Amino acid sequence: MITVKFFASLKTLAEREEDRIEIENSISMDQLSEIISKTSPKMGDIIRDKKVMISVNQEMADSDTIIHDGDEVAFLPPFSGGS
Amino acid sequence: MSTTTDSKIRIQLEDFSVTDEIEVMKKVSRNIGGITTFLGTGRELSKGENITQLNFEHYPKMAEKKLEEIRIQAINDYGIIDMSIIHRIGPIEIGENIVLIIAVGEHRKETFKACEWAIAELKRVTPIWKRETTSKGEVWVQDTP
Repeated sequence: MITVKFFASLKTLAEREEDRIEIENSISMDQLSEIISKTSPKMGDIIRDKKVMISVNQEMADSDTIIHDGDEVAFLPPFSGGS
Repeated sequence: MSTTTDSKIRIQLEDFSVTDEIEVMKKVSRNIGGITTFLGTGRELSKGENITQLNFEHYPKMAEKKLEEIRIQAINDYGIIDMSIIHRIGPIEIGENIVLIIAVGEHRKETFKACEWAIAELKRVTPIWKRETTSKGEVWVQDTP
């Protein structure tokens, strides 16, 4: 099982904070976007169009990163901390 | 409410005391000769709109990890003695404290540089997001002015 997290504006778009997805084998980011598209087409489009940053296990990742069972994937809109 | 702990990196709901946090950092070394602070606060006007409230969200663990990386790199690259970074999350009223960076060093020059770099790096790499509430509604800020 993998955990997928959505933050800030993406949480609103996906209409949820988190997904738990069962995977039998490691999957690509494209495959993950296909899975997410089934419940949130807009979110799937954004991932496919590379309009968000991605982290895997709290490290920055990219569209070529392979996702393994047990991973935590997060989709991150542009940061705006500070003041 | 104000909290002070020994941790040099904190993300917290509560407000902090700038004076207390500086006192904590002054105790790090007897060789400290210069202290530079950056304090970010909630401002009322943003892009012509009056903001009534700010709200910050973060990615737990990853945000703290990034702030610690910034602290370590600031110490190594700028030769300062130490740095603390505190960022608040949750609802913030106009005028309230948001973020505090304290750089302590033997001389002022390196602490100024380290502090300026650290706030820019924080905004660039730390998964923290700001939501502004105005008369037109709520909007997630997606740029880093």
